Amino acid sequence: MPGLLSAGEWSGYAELQGRYFPQDAAYENQSDHLISLAFQPEYYQRWDNGNQSLLVVPFFRWDSEDEERTHADIRELIWTYAGNRWEAQAGVGKVFWGVTEALHLVDTINQTDLVENPDGEQKLGQPLIKLSLERDWGILDFYTLIGFRERTFPGDEGRLRSNPPVDQDYAEYESDREERHLDFALRWSHYIGDWDIGLAHFNGTSRDPLFIPRFGNRGEIRLIPFYEQMHQTSLDLQATKGDWLWKLEAIHRSIDSGSYNAATGGFEYTLVGIADTDMDLGLLGEYLYDDRGDEATTPFQNDLFVGFRLTANDVDGSELLAGVIKDMDESSWMFNLEASRRIGSDWKTSAQIRVWSDIAEQDPLYSMRRDDYAELTLTRFF
Amino acid sequence: MKLSLILATLLLAPAVTLAMTAEERGLEIAKEVDTRDTGFHDFKASMTMLLKNRHGEESLRDMRNQTLEVENDGDKTLVVFDEPRDVKGTALLSFSHKVGDDDQWLYLPALKRVKRIASRNKSGPFMGSEFAYEDISSQEVEKYTYKFIEESEHDGIASYLLERYPVDPNSGYTRQQMWVDKERYIPIKIDYYDRKNVLLKTLVFRGYQQYLDQYWRADEMFMENHQTGKSTLLTWKQYDFRSGLTDADFNKNSLKRAR
Repeated sequence: MPGLLSAGEWSGYAELQGRYFPQDAAYENQSDHLISLAFQPEYYQRWDNGNQSLLVVPFFRWDSEDEERTHADIRELIWTYAGNRWEAQAGVGKVFWGVTEALHLVDTINQTDLVENPDGEQKLGQPLIKLSLERDWGILDFYTLIGFRERTFPGDEGRLRSNPPVDQDYAEYESDREERHLDFALRWSHYIGDWDIGLAHFNGTSRDPLFIPRFGNRGEIRLIPFYEQMHQTSLDLQATKGDWLWKLEAIHRSIDSGSYNAATGGFEYTLVGIADTDMDLGLLGEYLYDDRGDEATTPFQNDLFVGFRLTANDVDGSELLAGVIKDMDESSWMFNLEASRRIGSDWKTSAQIRVWSDIAEQDPLYSMRRDDYAELTLTRFF
Repeated sequence: MKLSLILATLLLAPAVTLAMTAEERGLEIAKEVDTRDTGFHDFKASMTMLLKNRHGEESLRDMRNQTLEVENDGDKTLVVFDEPRDVKGTALLSFSHKVGDDDQWLYLPALKRVKRIASRNKSGPFMGSEFAYEDISSQEVEKYTYKFIEESEHDGIASYLLERYPVDPNSGYTRQQMWVDKERYIPIKIDYYDRKNVLLKTLVFRGYQQYLDQYWRADEMFMENHQTGKSTLLTWKQYDFRSGLTDADFNKNSLKRAR
């Protein structure tokens, strides 16, 4: 049948990355730099007049210093069927929920690939089946999540790790089914005029582990990740009012170790065409709250984020995002800078600077207090 | 009685036409342009932008466009980027409105994130080109006020010269001069005047072709920036009118699927 199967399409990228840590390492065997290579090809095929498609995205990284960061993953291997006002997906997929910039509280489907970047924005592929209904009253998504992915953690020799280090080979679970537990999620999202709203409920294995100290083979103390079962109800909301974006993410999480509420909210205000140029300057402010306070497993229990985003709107797509997150209870603060620009049509350079400063001893980030770093990445797209 | 009414109407009619102000005549022409382009329902097309700076350095943008006509409101548009490679798969969904800001969502494929974006920024460069979003978005009659200037000849084509003034205070222009083909009621050239009322850009429409025996589309739109010496050549290809698009092809799911 002619036209039934169109030719598949290859694309993807390869990148060379270097990181430099100016401060002496806090722990033995940690190095002051790393070189790394990553490769992410992508295969896409559609057929059935475009109603069906297959997307395959494997990912590989080699790291010169940390054997845990040398890793591979299937980011996506997903079949999609687009019906009339409904959609079905099956395979390994990636899903993003949420609106805020400093922290993604609501986003729960995919596990964090933490060895990639301490910002937690890189995710592991999640095996799932999804059914989506598109109605006049919004989009309703039903997810069945088949099997659980453990979070990745830097190894003993990697910077940006906890102390003692996490041993991911011995993860423990609340559920007897362990990583084979079936998780379910339901999400409704819609927009009404200037407002975009998302309501979701998740029932299954928490993507955020607790850590249990245990003795390792050589008598050393290791942290063992413990994954609890949780119910999480979440809301994400954005109001787009002229040059202002108002954002809110809120969750209520019920777990054995104690239920809690957390929220992140704030704004992004864009100054268009500053100083008679084509450049836009976005000003960002967000407040991060967790009602567990000092007991929170996240460093962001009462923190303020302020930052700016400079978009050059030039041919090279130059961008700069910089910000500070300040803990309102402790002395701790962290500084982030991300910049990127294109070179020609196939290359891109990006830079990152992360600084952790005056980190209080009781802060979960304490073990990273000497891990400030500058990163340079060169990416070739094909 | 009846006869005198008809007589009166007949006598008055030319007077009414003559009494039409330049504003009314401008609006009338704009409405005719719009009317003749109404009813296409939907189309798909591919777009290529060739960006050139004053040193002659070139840069290419490849994208695909799907547009759905919406009755009594602005069009719905989905644009998917293919080139440059780093933004491949990025897609922009716009619901334009006759009055007020458009609704816009941007899909970032690397993060699988759909972002509602502030659409008030309509005067900034579109993908680093010389086209601003407001230049290529749905051209609704209500987005401008009009004034008829004169009948003139442009490039050997008998045309109406209109001036139009953006209603939106966030527009990057004070006014635009537009030459409209008298016979086909299609724009053939637009001069854009910046916020200081200085000539900023000129857009020339080239290679018009007629689709479905009614709708005229230019193969090329050439935008030249007189202040920076930069230019962008926008080429439209593979027009497919009434391709069967519906409302369901313009939501957040289809935005994520677009690629």
